[in-house]
Amino acid sequence: MTSLEQSSGPLPMIRFNGITKTYDGGRPAVDDLSMDIDRGRITVFVGPSGCGKTTSLRMINRMVEPTSGTILLDGQDVALQKAAELRRSMGYVMQSSGLMPHRSVIDNIATVPRLNGVPRAEARARATELLDVVGLASELGRRYPGQLSGGQQQRVGVARALAADPPVLLMDEPFSAVDPVVRAELQEELLRLQRDLAKTIVFVTHDIDEATILGDKVAVFAVGGRLAQFAAPEEILRAPVDDFVAGFVGRDRGFRHLSFQQGDHVTVHPIETIEVDQLADPTVSVRSAWTLLVDADGRPHGWVPQATRGSIATQADAVPGGSLYTRGDTLRRALDAALSSPSGLGVAVDDDGRAIGVVRAAEVFELIERARLDRGRADHNTAV
Amino acid sequence: MDWVQGIVEYIPANAALLRELTGNHLVQSILPIVFGVLIAVPLAQIARLNQPAGAVMLTASSLLYTIPSLAMFVFLPLVLGTSILSMVNVVVALTIYAVALLMRSTVDALNSIDDGVRQAAVAMGYTPLRRFLTVDLPLSVPVLIAGVRVISVTNISMVSVGALIGVPSLGRLFTDGLTRNYPEQIAVGILVTLLLALVLDLLLVLLERGLTPWTRATPARTARAAALEARTVAA
Repeated sequence: MTSLEQSSGPLPMIRFNGITKTYDGGRPAVDDLSMDIDRGRITVFVGPSGCGKTTSLRMINRMVEPTSGTILLDGQDVALQKAAELRRSMGYVMQSSGLMPHRSVIDNIATVPRLNGVPRAEARARATELLDVVGLASELGRRYPGQLSGGQQQRVGVARALAADPPVLLMDEPFSAVDPVVRAELQEELLRLQRDLAKTIVFVTHDIDEATILGDKVAVFAVGGRLAQFAAPEEILRAPVDDFVAGFVGRDRGFRHLSFQQGDHVTVHPIETIEVDQLADPTVSVRSAWTLLVDADGRPHGWVPQATRGSIATQADAVPGGSLYTRGDTLRRALDAALSSPSGLGVAVDDDGRAIGVVRAAEVFELIERARLDRGRADHNTAV
Repeated sequence: MDWVQGIVEYIPANAALLRELTGNHLVQSILPIVFGVLIAVPLAQIARLNQPAGAVMLTASSLLYTIPSLAMFVFLPLVLGTSILSMVNVVVALTIYAVALLMRSTVDALNSIDDGVRQAAVAMGYTPLRRFLTVDLPLSVPVLIAGVRVISVTNISMVSVGALIGVPSLGRLFTDGLTRNYPEQIAVGILVTLLLALVLDLLLVLLERGLTPWTRATPARTARAAALEARTVAA
């Protein structure tokens, strides 16, 4: 327990204490890893293949035993706990979902409660509730895993991990085998679930985008099992600690970093609009170079350039618009709305999707620049 | 078609004898299957968990199968202290063959399980024994039953050999038919033996179907599944 007394602030849920893993005397798969994993947060382990991220994850529930060092779970050395019971105290989601093909979806979800001795009927009732929690129809409960799509199987995998309501979830590349659209859905679902459940989640991925979307904190592992940087995703994108991290987070990191800057201060300018039913009416004239086409509810449906006003009679003739910027969204969204718009004006909408005006790329850049200067000043001040 | 008539007449005339011999035959065929599975499954798991010992065990089991059955039937009473006419000799001998054959196919059956499923079971917190009984074993049933079907047919035919040393079974119809030069009796023996093999095989197929409902569940894309999925996405 002495090691705990060194820590300041709340007890970390999981603490790696000088963990090294070597296989058969070779080079270490994990090299002297020490880190604290915050309670109730998502911590993402990210890195290229062979960096020891999955090995590190599996040492938490003793699927892999470390060569040296200790791992504390809620202050208790995991090596002193019975492996099977330790594992039941944590949810585990894996890449291939790993569902039992011979058990119905409901019985798969009920696995850990059943291992803990919960009566079958009770475990199944809870499993049925969980189907709803992960967004699956309860009818699917009677099916076998083989009858579900990949995305549905991953949802069942998440439900199974949640079934015993463990405080810790270990997720080993859970979304990497599904297509990008489903992956984005699952990521959003996970964040939605996490807002309600506040589990301590350790999430392994090789995808830096996924890491920055999901992680409250991101641990970047380098080949050879070295922890290269462990920080908030925003900081990793803005200030990679070395060339390896900079190279790993990639070329778009400057743009991606904008995802972490709120666009509250972006100026929304008024814009001239024309309603769809006014298109055919020659008496309605437009003055601006670009007029925004909206429906009766005020939702944007493209652009009408002044030069073509006479020849555009229906919505289908209008120039398609770019991405939309919902007021208050990140600077990345604001900039993308402006850059993707044919008029160079990013359409801003309110929460109901009604057009409220436009944003300009140049002004977004100004905000980015101002934020950078503020940050530089703050860093300078703390340094002094 | 005299011989057909001969066969047809033989059956009702010898119904009691046929029933008795068929019963004996079944006991000597089925018990070794049951014992064989009960012995081979744990041995196969031990062989899988301990590779060097496993290699020795598999080789030894293959060698056992090369001992001629007649030699085994004659030799076993000496070892077991049973009467030479006892069915126990045949049951023990065929159990040894069943274990020899099933060892390898059970190892294959257990190895056929997706490693992801096994990893998941470990991660869920199964104890090794519980995992073996409730995950590994049920999932290995299709490959396991394939091995058992081979044993069942082999046993049905091998039990007859016991009749050479006087152990009662349908084989007696052959030995007896030969000495009495009674081809109809031999033909009936063959027919009943065939019928037994077929019925036993059918029962094993049904057993497999009963134990593996998940293998026949229609995969993903039925209309109903698609409809449910559409609703899921909408929600």
